[in-house]
Amino acid sequence: MTFSPATRVLLRAFTGLVLLFVYAPLALVVLNSFNTSRTFEWPPPGFTTRWWSAAVESDGARNAIVVSLEVAVMATVIALVLGTMAALALQRFRFFGRDTVSLLIILPIALPGVVTGIALANAFLTMFGIQLGMLTLVVSHATFCIVTVFNNAIARLRRLGGNLEEASMDLGAGTFRTFWSITLPMMRSALLAGALLSFALSFDEIIVTTFTAGQGIQTLPIWIYQNLFRPNQAPVVNVVAAALIVLSVIPIWVSQKLAGTDESVAAAR
Amino acid sequence: MSTAAVELVGLSKSFGDVTAVDGVDLTIRDGEFFSMLGPSGSGKTTVLRMIAGFEQPTSGSVHLAGQDVTGRPPFARDVNTVFQDYALFPHMDVLANVEYGLRVKKVPRPERRERAMAALDSVQLGDLAARRPTQLSGGQRQRVALARALVNRPRVLLLDEPLGALDLKLRRAMQLELKQIQREVGITFVFVTHDQEEALTMSDRIAVFRDGRIEQVATPADLYESPTSPFVAGFVGTSNLLDGGAAQTVVGRPGMFSIRPEKIHLGDDVRDGDATAPGVVQDVVYLGSVNHYLVELDAGPTLTVLRQNLRGTTDEAMALRGQRVTVGWAPEHVIELGPHQQLEKEES
Repeated sequence: MTFSPATRVLLRAFTGLVLLFVYAPLALVVLNSFNTSRTFEWPPPGFTTRWWSAAVESDGARNAIVVSLEVAVMATVIALVLGTMAALALQRFRFFGRDTVSLLIILPIALPGVVTGIALANAFLTMFGIQLGMLTLVVSHATFCIVTVFNNAIARLRRLGGNLEEASMDLGAGTFRTFWSITLPMMRSALLAGALLSFALSFDEIIVTTFTAGQGIQTLPIWIYQNLFRPNQAPVVNVVAAALIVLSVIPIWVSQKLAGTDESVAAAR
Repeated sequence: MSTAAVELVGLSKSFGDVTAVDGVDLTIRDGEFFSMLGPSGSGKTTVLRMIAGFEQPTSGSVHLAGQDVTGRPPFARDVNTVFQDYALFPHMDVLANVEYGLRVKKVPRPERRERAMAALDSVQLGDLAARRPTQLSGGQRQRVALARALVNRPRVLLLDEPLGALDLKLRRAMQLELKQIQREVGITFVFVTHDQEEALTMSDRIAVFRDGRIEQVATPADLYESPTSPFVAGFVGTSNLLDGGAAQTVVGRPGMFSIRPEKIHLGDDVRDGDATAPGVVQDVVYLGSVNHYLVELDAGPTLTVLRQNLRGTTDEAMALRGQRVTVGWAPEHVIELGPHQQLEKEES
C-alpha cells in the first residue's frame, strides 16, 4: 500500500494516540504505586516505596495471589488434559453427534459469566451437595479454560493432518507411541499458547468466581475488588496492580517468541 | 502356498457412495519393481494405502508373503512407505528421522546409529544427518524419506508418487537412482504414479488402473506395443485410434485399431510393403528433436505422426502444412484393440 506523506503522518499520529490512550492509564498505575499521596494526587507530591513494602507484608494480598495461582494452574492442567483429548477425538474420528459435541465444548466461552456462575453454583449445592470451595472454583474455571486449549489444539491438528502419524505407524509405532513421539511434540507450541491463555483467563476471572468460590476463598481479583475502595488499602491495591502489569508482559513475550520460531508451524505450512 | 510378495484378492474399497477400488486381483512377485499407473482418481493410491494398512478394504483381502494381513494395523505389517509429501518428522533431525523405525523396534543404539548412517550414506546424505527436514531441499527430503523407509529392510517398499513434487531434471535423475537402489537392495518396490513415462522407465511390470479396476498388467514393452484396450493405448503413449468405417477403409477389416505415431511413415518415408492411406497435413508441431504432424485421413480420423528431425530444415517441415500426403505403416505395427462393440458398450 502506498500513502501520501500527509496521510502517513496522520496515520502515525493516530496510532500514537491510540497506544497512548491504552498505555497512559497503565503507566499511571505504576507511577501511583510510588505516589506518597494516599488519594493519588496529581501531580504526585512525592515518591516513596512505602506501599511496595506494605504490599509485600500484606497477608491478604499474598494469600489472594497464591490462591489465584493455584486455581489458575489447576484449572489449566485440567483444561490441557481434557481439551487435548477432546480435540483429538473430534479431529481424528467421525462419529454421530460430532458437531454437537464440538459446539457444546466451545459454548461456555460465549455464555455470560453470570449465567455460568449461577448454574454451576446451583448444581454444586443442590444436585451434588458439594460445599463451595477450592474444588468447585477450579472445576468452574476449567469449564471455560478447556475452550482455549481445545481451540488451539484442534486448529493445530487440522493443519497437521494425519500424515505424520501415518508415517509413524508405518515405521512400526503403535497408537500410544505415535502420540507421545509425534502428535504431542507437534502440538506442543499450540498447547502452550492455549495454556497461557487459559491461565490468564482463570487468573483474572471475577464473575464465575464470585458465585462458585464460597466464603472462605479469596482470589486476587476478588481481593482487589473488595479492597479498592478502602482508603487504607488503595495504595497497596495499586502496587499489586502495578506488579501484575509487569508480570503479564512475560507470558506475552514468551508466546510471541514461540510463534516466531515454531518449527512445527513452519513444517505444517 | 504363495511366494508372491503381495497378493490382492477381490480387493474393493468404497467411501460412502463412491467406489474407489472395485474388485482388484493382483499378484506382485518377490523382488519386482512394480508400478501402479493410472490417472488421478483411478484407485491406485487407495490400493497402496490398503497394502500399507492405512485403509481397510470394504471387501477382499491383502496378503503379504503368503500371509493374510487384511485386518492388521500398519505397524504390524512388514512394509514401509515413502509418502508423496515425504511426511518427515519436522521436530527431529535427519538422523533421528531415519532411526525412528529402528528405535521403535528397540534396536540397540550403536547398531541403530550404524544402520541409519549407512542408509543415509547410500542416498548420499551422510553429511546432512544433523540438519532438520525444513533445512533440506525437495530432492534431499525425498532421499531422507527413502532412507527412513529402507533402513528397516521391509519386505515391500511402497512409494506413493514420490517424485511428483520434484522438477523434471531431478525427477529423471531420481528415477534412475531409485531403480539402481532397488536392484541393489533387492526389495520389492510398489510404485504409484500417474506419469506413464516414469512407469515405463523404471518398472519390471506395470498395472494400468482405470475407475478402480485394473485394465492391464504387463511389462513396459508389452504395454506399449500390445495394449489390450483403447484406454491403455491412449494412456500409455499416444494412440491413433481407428474404428468403425475408418477401420474398414484403412485397415481393411472391422474392429478397433491403434498405430503408434513413430511407426507411421510420412510422404517420402513410406516404404514398399507399407499399408498406405491418403490425407492432408493439418498442423505441424515443432518439438526440437522431433516434429509431430497431424494428418487428417480422407477416411476420417486424424493421426499423429512423429518424425525425427534428421534432415531437412524446420521451414521445410512447416511447409507441409495443408499439403496432401500419403502415410504408410508396416501391417504388423497395427495394434488390434478388440472388437468395435467394446468401446460402444463402455461409452454408453
